[in-house]
Amino acid sequence: MPRRQNDTTAADPPLVPFWHDPAKRGMLLQIVVLLLALGVGYVLVANTQANLQRQSIATGFGFIQHEAGFEIGEPAIPYSAADSYGRALLVGALNTLRVSFTGIIFTLIFGSVVGVARLSRNWLISHLAKVFIEVMQNIPLLLQLFFWYALFYEAFPSPREALNPLRGVFVSNRGLIFGVPIEHPAHGWMLIALLAGIVLWRLLVWWGRGLQERTGTIVPVHRLGIALCLLLSLLVWLAAGAPTAMNMPVFKGFNFQGGMSVSPEFSALLIGLVLYTSAFVAEIVRAGIQSVAHGQVEAAMAIGLRPGQVLHLVIFPQATRVIVPPLTSQMLNLTKNSSLAIAIGYSDFVSVANTTINQTGQAIEGVALIMVVYLFFSLSTSAFMNWYNKKTALVER
Amino acid sequence: MKITRLIALVAAISLLIGGLAVAGKDFDAVKKKGYLQAGVNGGVFGFGMPDAKGVWKGLDVDTARAIAAAIFGDADKVKFTPLTAQQRFTALQSGEIDVLTRNATRTLSRETQLGLNFVTVNYYDGQGFMVAKKLGVKSAKELDGATICVLPGTTTEQNVADYFRNNKIKWKPVVIESTTELAKTFFAGRCDVLTSDASQLAGARSVAPKPEDYVILPEIISKEPLAPVVRHGDDQFRDIVDFTVLAMINAEELGITSKNVDAMLKSKDPVVQRFLGVTAGNGAALGLDEKWAYNIVKQVGNYGEVFERNVGPNTTLGIERGLNALWTAGGLMYSPPFK
Amino acid sequence: MITGSNTDAAQMKPPLRNIGVIGWLRENLFNNLFNSLLTLVTIYGLWLFVPPLIRWVFIDSLWFSSAEACRDIEGACWSIIPNNVSFIFFGFFPEGQQWRPLTAMLLLFALVFYSKNRKHWRQSLAIYWLLGLIVMGGLMHGGVFGMPVVETAQWSGFPLTLMLALFGMVGAYPLGVLLALGRRSKLIGIKSLCVVYIELIRGVPLISLLFMSSVMFPLFLPEGVSFDKVLRAQVAIILFAAAYIAEVVRGGLQAIPAGQYEAANALGLSYAKTMRLIVLPQALKIVIPPSVGILISAFKDTSLVVIIALYDVLKTTKVTLSNPQWMGYSSEAYLFLAVLYFVCCYAMTSYSRRLEKELHAGH
Repeated sequence: MPRRQNDTTAADPPLVPFWHDPAKRGMLLQIVVLLLALGVGYVLVANTQANLQRQSIATGFGFIQHEAGFEIGEPAIPYSAADSYGRALLVGALNTLRVSFTGIIFTLIFGSVVGVARLSRNWLISHLAKVFIEVMQNIPLLLQLFFWYALFYEAFPSPREALNPLRGVFVSNRGLIFGVPIEHPAHGWMLIALLAGIVLWRLLVWWGRGLQERTGTIVPVHRLGIALCLLLSLLVWLAAGAPTAMNMPVFKGFNFQGGMSVSPEFSALLIGLVLYTSAFVAEIVRAGIQSVAHGQVEAAMAIGLRPGQVLHLVIFPQATRVIVPPLTSQMLNLTKNSSLAIAIGYSDFVSVANTTINQTGQAIEGVALIMVVYLFFSLSTSAFMNWYNKKTALVER
Repeated sequence: MKITRLIALVAAISLLIGGLAVAGKDFDAVKKKGYLQAGVNGGVFGFGMPDAKGVWKGLDVDTARAIAAAIFGDADKVKFTPLTAQQRFTALQSGEIDVLTRNATRTLSRETQLGLNFVTVNYYDGQGFMVAKKLGVKSAKELDGATICVLPGTTTEQNVADYFRNNKIKWKPVVIESTTELAKTFFAGRCDVLTSDASQLAGARSVAPKPEDYVILPEIISKEPLAPVVRHGDDQFRDIVDFTVLAMINAEELGITSKNVDAMLKSKDPVVQRFLGVTAGNGAALGLDEKWAYNIVKQVGNYGEVFERNVGPNTTLGIERGLNALWTAGGLMYSPPFK
Repeated sequence: MITGSNTDAAQMKPPLRNIGVIGWLRENLFNNLFNSLLTLVTIYGLWLFVPPLIRWVFIDSLWFSSAEACRDIEGACWSIIPNNVSFIFFGFFPEGQQWRPLTAMLLLFALVFYSKNRKHWRQSLAIYWLLGLIVMGGLMHGGVFGMPVVETAQWSGFPLTLMLALFGMVGAYPLGVLLALGRRSKLIGIKSLCVVYIELIRGVPLISLLFMSSVMFPLFLPEGVSFDKVLRAQVAIILFAAAYIAEVVRGGLQAIPAGQYEAANALGLSYAKTMRLIVLPQALKIVIPPSVGILISAFKDTSLVVIIALYDVLKTTKVTLSNPQWMGYSSEAYLFLAVLYFVCCYAMTSYSRRLEKELHAGH
């Protein structure tokens, strides 16, 4: 808000020239800055247009519908070289989502474990956690990725001599391949039973809370809920005749056929992202737990809560508020860092967009697409985390 | 008061930027700079790769040096920019480099949509497959279900997709954007097959830990005419680059080598006299010194010499002339008359 | 707390099992059943993992041998480093001139070491740095005192890594401060411009900016104007780091109590003077530790230039690894680089922590 200097003498002619009036000067400054920004923008756009025209480079997003003509290693949706660039880019975006999402889940779990371990009263554990955090934080992620990837293809045997640690599980330099159950109608029903179990679980929680408020009795609702989910699914599976047929990987020709496979590229990227980000998450979790006043813990213990309950009912809800904002930025970092996939040959969005740029020569459109997609990921993640943050924020009464 | 001053400033700045926009043609710019900036591949042995001392070596590198010899009379007046497949055409379009000698395949869409001119082909290549000997594969048709290492964003990637689609063969790509890294991944066994231009396969095999463990399959699935590239807009410069490549071929046709070129200056043959600038004319027509072709041959050599030196049978690559022999020897190398 | 040290001689000594090594072990490793189990499992895990690692690293390894000798050993082949050390560290810098980047690097380390002591934070320090940068630039570029000129295109290896990080920071800091001030400004036009810039940059990966520098910048420039690849990547790193610095500085600005602004206003100081004399000196002091954090990230992030084919120390290592002689020793080479990066980053991290403590105690 610009302040008015001459409030009392508004009717009089101004006593100071306009360049001494902060309000007007501010206005002027803004106009100049905006004009400059527009001017620079105009010059850039004009240059670019002139360059594109002079070099007769194609422009526009028409290429999206053209045939891509290249294959992608691990498409999440059916894709072949005959599909369009648009679909190829979609496959890339889904691959980015796949690795980011899995990575975030694992990072949250592993990072929390390391963060708690860092605070452990066990000297060995806490120092191991410390060493892990320092090492991971101080080595560039790209180098870590190269290391993991090289380890994968240099240290593991070829598919013919694949390690077979469990029945139906093979590890080779082509990645991890494991058997999956052959599709059966029972699977759909099991999913429905699982969903029903989750609904019952929610109801149980609600009922348990009421009971606790009225009588003070605590029912282990979560354990019951999980047992219920598993039991229901198991019952449905038994009722359907317990189908056990598995789609087992078999070595045939060059590679394993059948089963599910996880490629070395995906694994190396996932491991690298998870370990690197976990180190940062661990520090955040540690700081969050330490931020809970010690008196809180002592008070909780004084009223007779067990250590598990102290963690669950007192420390965790308070630490969450401190943890969530920095955690959000770590999740965003992980998503952005997944773009390093291109260096180790995992076909994420950047990698597909890069190939598209190579083939079409339309660098501006390609880079713009990369930026827009990541901005979309970033903004939607922060929107979600803001919502979650608000939900868990301290309600002052 | 302030505004007017600022407007004046803005105007001055934009004029300055606008003023910079007026630059000469490519050839004039190169002459003014005093050296040629060439884009090369940083990692293809025999075509463009620094040796252990950081000195650039290869057939494409020598082509660039020949252009420098034609323009400046000094083959060393060239600087090399290593480029990735992604950067190569943009670098040329933007003027970061003057000429691209980086095993680029001439295609219709590149010539039209990218605003580039490909000149005479300096290497006829074709795409092939390399596999480990122990797999016992004899033909590309037996590659069903194979994992294939391929360089992304190249014609290679599209060719292999087309070829297998046409033959209804399923395959899995592994894409890494560096020729050397890709080969390394292949030798480590990450993929069953390495596909690339046949010359590059030979190059990759020659640097394998155990070259005898790998075979190159007989199928050549594409035509890859590799040529130097310049951008649209300066026909004179295009002609110079074009005729530099042709001069190297023509010299071989005429039997002029770097060793005998001084003796050839005294030749009575009017064709040789014209070519070496003893009879003036060609140089002036191109806007070059009359000694331009002499300088190319003297400092870099004729096409045959360059081929033998970098990729020929006596090098680690050991590639036969094949399509790259002179037309008189059953190849495709053919030069128009220099008159 | 940790060991039951006996300060009062008059008191009876605690039982032996509560002090000394055994006491420490009891207190820290075996204080209850769960911890004891955890300790045992961890020790077993370490037992499985560490001795073979030590064998691989130290006992079965070769340090200064030829590549051929490495084929016959079980352990690590560290020989890859000494055999290729000049290319890994200095890349294309001409042989015989490599003492120049080496001297420049040593000079840089000396300057950094000198600056660590807060007693040296005077105006003279800025002059030393300025002089140091000029000398380093002169050493790298040459052309004076009979040193042959070495083009920026040949600057590669570790000096390039250091240069990208250092100049990235130097270039990004003023821009970041301006952006932070803009974001805190009351002028809506300027504020929104800064907010959009900061959020845009922070929302996209660095690699997209590097792509931009490598394939798009050239199209932005007028015909006939082009600048070097290294410089373009440098600009991308500056633009990227500036957005992050802006957020750090903004945090510092927010921490300055409103009273400071009001007092400055009451004295009749203009905006520029308020900022220059009152607010920024305090705010920048607060943000020194997080700024070191950004420097560390910038240092680590420079490794991304590999993807646009600049020869930083990671790229030169990869080139070495694709040499047929040395193919297959990735673990050794990458571990060596990891140690190199770790030493640099860890030094900065621990310094920033110490500084944080010192500055905090100063209040």
